[in-house]
Amino acid sequence: MTDDVFKVGTYEFKSRLIVGSGKYKSFQATKDATEASEAEMITVAVRRVNITDMGKENLLDYIDPKEYTILPNTAGCFNAEDAVRTLRLAREAGGWDLVKLEVLGDTETLYPNVVETIKAAETLVNDGFQVMVYTNDDPIVARTLEEIGCVAVMPLGNPIGSGRGLANPFNIRVIKQRAHVPIVVDAGIGTASDAAKAMELGADAALINTAIAEAKHECLMAKAMRDAIRAGRQAYLAGRMSKRAFASASSPTEGYIWD
Amino acid sequence: MQILLNGDTTSTNATTLGELVIELGLEERMIAIERNLEVVPKSQYKDTRLCDNDRIELVHMIGGG
Repeated sequence: MTDDVFKVGTYEFKSRLIVGSGKYKSFQATKDATEASEAEMITVAVRRVNITDMGKENLLDYIDPKEYTILPNTAGCFNAEDAVRTLRLAREAGGWDLVKLEVLGDTETLYPNVVETIKAAETLVNDGFQVMVYTNDDPIVARTLEEIGCVAVMPLGNPIGSGRGLANPFNIRVIKQRAHVPIVVDAGIGTASDAAKAMELGADAALINTAIAEAKHECLMAKAMRDAIRAGRQAYLAGRMSKRAFASASSPTEGYIWD
Repeated sequence: MQILLNGDTTSTNATTLGELVIELGLEERMIAIERNLEVVPKSQYKDTRLCDNDRIELVHMIGGG
């Protein structure tokens, strides 16, 4: 497994767990859980600096950009123009070209607006970004985003922050089977078995935030996710047994003492 | 002069973006600036003159998923 590298665009990672940095109680909790997860890539949001109350500390004082691959996102953007502006600012701030594009449709479901997502993806790819794109679990849209030149397609498992697991495992598998770029399950994972399931279906990685940040013990859940991602990946590579309708004895059916 | 800084009308004595960054105490922060919808590279802060009613967006990275 040591040479099972997760390649996305021009980047390579050992870990197939991507974590978010939102919803934590403190920067210290973010740092501790991120370290426990052994993730190498972490998403961040781009927001206005609060000019009147800047605070002494900053997320990136705790999450060292030299140590982690920072993945700026466009969370909160509802149209292509705002998403493109946001990521151009992020690239200037930190020099990051690997980005997470998400363009949302409404505030209640946070489902992606795929029309605006596609528009933004075209602009960003043409602008030299390596775009990891959040989208619906729709195989046709996934293929369209791949054709545009996105370096990874990230179908949702369920709505962002819902923790409801994988709504449509079949679609995740179909998307993966037809893809030539990494498929990352993004959103919906609630606990370790969801993460393992996503990897068993063939996902190349999973992006998890709320399930870790809102766990009673964040670091323990971060480790559970780390292990689940590894277990699911190994099971996928191992190739699972076929399912049978009836039992199949594990012990030999000959040489009984009464024969 | 008056600029629109992160959506708020703000008075500043700064004449360039570089001076504005210093005035706000943000020299050490990892930030990015958009002036009238165009991203300004850090290398150009000191040469970018501010004009009345410039629309400045000044952003940084925070926690997000």
